[in-house]
Amino acid sequence: MSSEDVEVQASDEQQYLTFIMAEEEYGVDILAVQEIRGWEETTSIPNAPDYIQGVINLRGTIVPIMDLRRRFGLKPVEYSPITVVIILKVSTDQGEKVMGIVVDAVSDVYSIKHSDVRQPPDLNQDDNSDFLRGLVNVKDKMVILLDVGTLLTSRHPLELPSLSEYDPGHA
Amino acid sequence: MPSILAVDDSASMRQMVTFTLKGAGFEVAEAKDGQEALALAQQKKYDLVLSDVNMPNMNGIELVKALRQLADYKFVPVLMLTTESTGDMKTQGKQAGATGWIVKPFNPDQLLNTIRRVLG
Amino acid sequence: MSVDLSQFHQVFFEESLEGLDIMEAQLLQLQAGSTDMEAVNTIFRAAHSIKGGAGTFGFADVAQFTHLVETLLDEIRAGQRPVTEHAIELFLQSVDVLRALLLALQQGERPDLSTAEQLKQELQKVLDSSAVPETASTDVVPAAAQSSAQGWLIEFRPDVDLLRTGNEPFRMVREICELVGQEAVTVEVDSSALVDIQTLDPTSCYLSWQIRIDCAIELSNLQEVFEWVEDECDIRYQALSQAHATRDVPELEAQPEAPVPAVEPEPLAVKEEVPAAAKRPVDASIRVSIDKVDSLINMVGELVITQSMLSQLGQDFDLSSLARLQQGLMQLEQNTRELQENVMKIRMLPISFAFSRFPRLVRDVGGQLGKQVQLKLMGEDTELDKTVMEKIGDPLVHLVRNSLDHGLETPEIRRQSGKSEVGHLTLNAYHQGGNIVIEISDDGAGLNEEKILRKAVERGLVSVPEALTPEEIHQLIFLPGFSTADTVSDISGRGVGMDVVKRNIQELNGSIEVQSEQGVGSTFTIRLPLTLAILDGQLVRVGNEKYVIPLVSIVESIQLEPRNMNHIAGSQPVMPLRDEYIPIVCMKDVFSLTKNTDLSDAMLVIVDGERGKVGLVVNELLGQQQVVIKSLEQNYERVPGISGATILGDGTVALIIDVTGLHKHSNERAA
Repeated sequence: MSSEDVEVQASDEQQYLTFIMAEEEYGVDILAVQEIRGWEETTSIPNAPDYIQGVINLRGTIVPIMDLRRRFGLKPVEYSPITVVIILKVSTDQGEKVMGIVVDAVSDVYSIKHSDVRQPPDLNQDDNSDFLRGLVNVKDKMVILLDVGTLLTSRHPLELPSLSEYDPGHA
Repeated sequence: MPSILAVDDSASMRQMVTFTLKGAGFEVAEAKDGQEALALAQQKKYDLVLSDVNMPNMNGIELVKALRQLADYKFVPVLMLTTESTGDMKTQGKQAGATGWIVKPFNPDQLLNTIRRVLG
Repeated sequence: MSVDLSQFHQVFFEESLEGLDIMEAQLLQLQAGSTDMEAVNTIFRAAHSIKGGAGTFGFADVAQFTHLVETLLDEIRAGQRPVTEHAIELFLQSVDVLRALLLALQQGERPDLSTAEQLKQELQKVLDSSAVPETASTDVVPAAAQSSAQGWLIEFRPDVDLLRTGNEPFRMVREICELVGQEAVTVEVDSSALVDIQTLDPTSCYLSWQIRIDCAIELSNLQEVFEWVEDECDIRYQALSQAHATRDVPELEAQPEAPVPAVEPEPLAVKEEVPAAAKRPVDASIRVSIDKVDSLINMVGELVITQSMLSQLGQDFDLSSLARLQQGLMQLEQNTRELQENVMKIRMLPISFAFSRFPRLVRDVGGQLGKQVQLKLMGEDTELDKTVMEKIGDPLVHLVRNSLDHGLETPEIRRQSGKSEVGHLTLNAYHQGGNIVIEISDDGAGLNEEKILRKAVERGLVSVPEALTPEEIHQLIFLPGFSTADTVSDISGRGVGMDVVKRNIQELNGSIEVQSEQGVGSTFTIRLPLTLAILDGQLVRVGNEKYVIPLVSIVESIQLEPRNMNHIAGSQPVMPLRDEYIPIVCMKDVFSLTKNTDLSDAMLVIVDGERGKVGLVVNELLGQQQVVIKSLEQNYERVPGISGATILGDGTVALIIDVTGLHKHSNERAA
């Protein structure tokens, strides 16, 4: 195999870390994942949106923690010792930002081909659907790929697609 | 190894001179003007003094004059770092008791050659 | 031996740029016709150092250019030329050119030489106009003698003083031997001048020498050997013809020990390559006075002593040494605190670093606008953090330009309004509490309230113009999208408005306000924290959360008496305190803390901000401690009423209260 072949292969595939939330599986670009931690108490930020739990001290840096269930308007759950925080970092025009998201549990790491990713269904809210990269079928399960940049920086309400209207069977 | 007192108000020149001389095995002390140099010279006898002319507080000419007043420095070679444009400085320097001069700009090899000339 | 000169480049650039600053500052104080030779000398010295360094480190363009500047300065210094306005102007331009050259070289870029070339011609013109002749060459050797002969006979008769300059005749003989080989040299000593032992002065030289060289060598090589003593001796060179010569000619190059013509100045030819190593990021550096470093070293010394004392105590500890342990820990705390304070001081620089550019700027811009301006700098020794200093530069420039452009009037208008023709601009800096205050004031026209209001209404920035007080009108200039200049001028209207200035200052946790009186002048007051890194804080508890209130802004803390609070309908509650009414801010409400908070036992922390005093309702006062300020915005966003965050001893995060912001925020919520 020539090196060019490797490159083509590499650019066509991307690794995603997936996690579970309310029985659905979501994926984020693994390159954006800095670390995975257990839940710890946060210091709340005045007048922050309800989905911002507060901030924690991550080795000397102040890192905000976002509850992803609340972010998507899902039913919040009590945090437990197995509640997981995924620390993500994204480049923005103000520099690199680090933020944590609270999810139910971490699931798996998949290599996903770009060609297998399908556009999300129309949400009737064209502006705010950027946080969805697309949908992909892995082992007969539907995985929702999220765009970390938009997820962390957008201040608009984010609404998940209704997957029941969507037929995952035919890739 | 002979010891040399290098005097220049410019930190970069001082660094260059010190680095070059130390690299050649000389022992080097630095001073940033005549006053500082004179204080050092009073504490220890250096084998050679290398001094810039234009410096604040006490310039090179004044330094040579003062050095020649010290018993230890009557015959110690004192070289002035001069530039072409300050031609009369050579004369002034000589009159004050300087041994000779090195014309700026000089490169490290030129500096070493001259020093070795004097120290033998 | 080869020395990599590029390792000294950074130091050379730094000191040269500093030298230029000194030149500039001195030039700006120099008046045409001045006879202040000390100032000229200082300027000369800076130019001289730059030239010397540039030549040595291979920056030929800089060396050549500076040479002209230096020559002109030297002539002025020697009294051969007066200080003229034109010369000052040329020198100032030269400073700019050199600064640009050096900065480009520092970045490893090829500098643009076009301006330098133009200015060089200007300088040359001035130099050529001189009535003073160039110093004639002192070379006394007839050109004919330069040709090489087959040998030389040198008569060297030193003055009696020769030894007193540290010159040793033996050295010259040695050098000649090195040049041509010992076999080719014959030395005869003439001791006829030697005096009686009683009158002999051991520091005098009574001998003379005849040195015969039987070997072909350039005269200039020999002259070089005697160069330093030329004026202190009688020296004759006599060329020996073929007949005199007895030996074959050794090749000069073949002499391994032969010194290369040692002190020949390197020609200032333009070198094609840029000597600075390939583009390299410039390391930010800071100059720290030796005093500061010494005091740090002392403190570290004390720390080490405390540490060893504590570790000894720990090795065989029993309860009887408890008191000593506590004492040791206290000492440790004090050492740490002192060390921390002093480390922070390293970052503190006098504000003169930021002020130094203004004399030039005021001169240039004032001239451009045809305005006469006298600049006064005050409190230049006031220290502030290097980072703050760097970030405050641009806003200050903008404010000064703004005063020159819009504030100060032309001489005619000033005369008409009964003022002196010369406008006054003052920059003043001083410490106030934990802040540094910088004032930019002018005695110009003041803010034109009518005009501001009209513009604001036009732009839809205000809806009820008649309800505004003059102070409120003044604040309008800081709104985004506001600019009163009728035409966007070159001076201050570069598309950057006061709103940007204000935002920049806010980003430094600072504030800006303006006081102005029409026809009398304006004063812009900037308040900045001394450092962005550390603050003394009072830890308080509100509900389940802990907050840090900057200690500098706390006036006092008192028990809250709910029955003393007056609730005036539709506005904030107030509480009488001595002869004042203090507005009360309930942090629980303002911060929308949902958790149940019982106020029955609450404390009132009276803080003083820009908007005056305000009482903050908290549940409990915890300890006071110094906290390191961490950014909340770095990963999140700006939060009204919060200036940052810090990490407490237990590793948890506490937010730091922005007193002024909180007051403002609570007003907005109440409205």
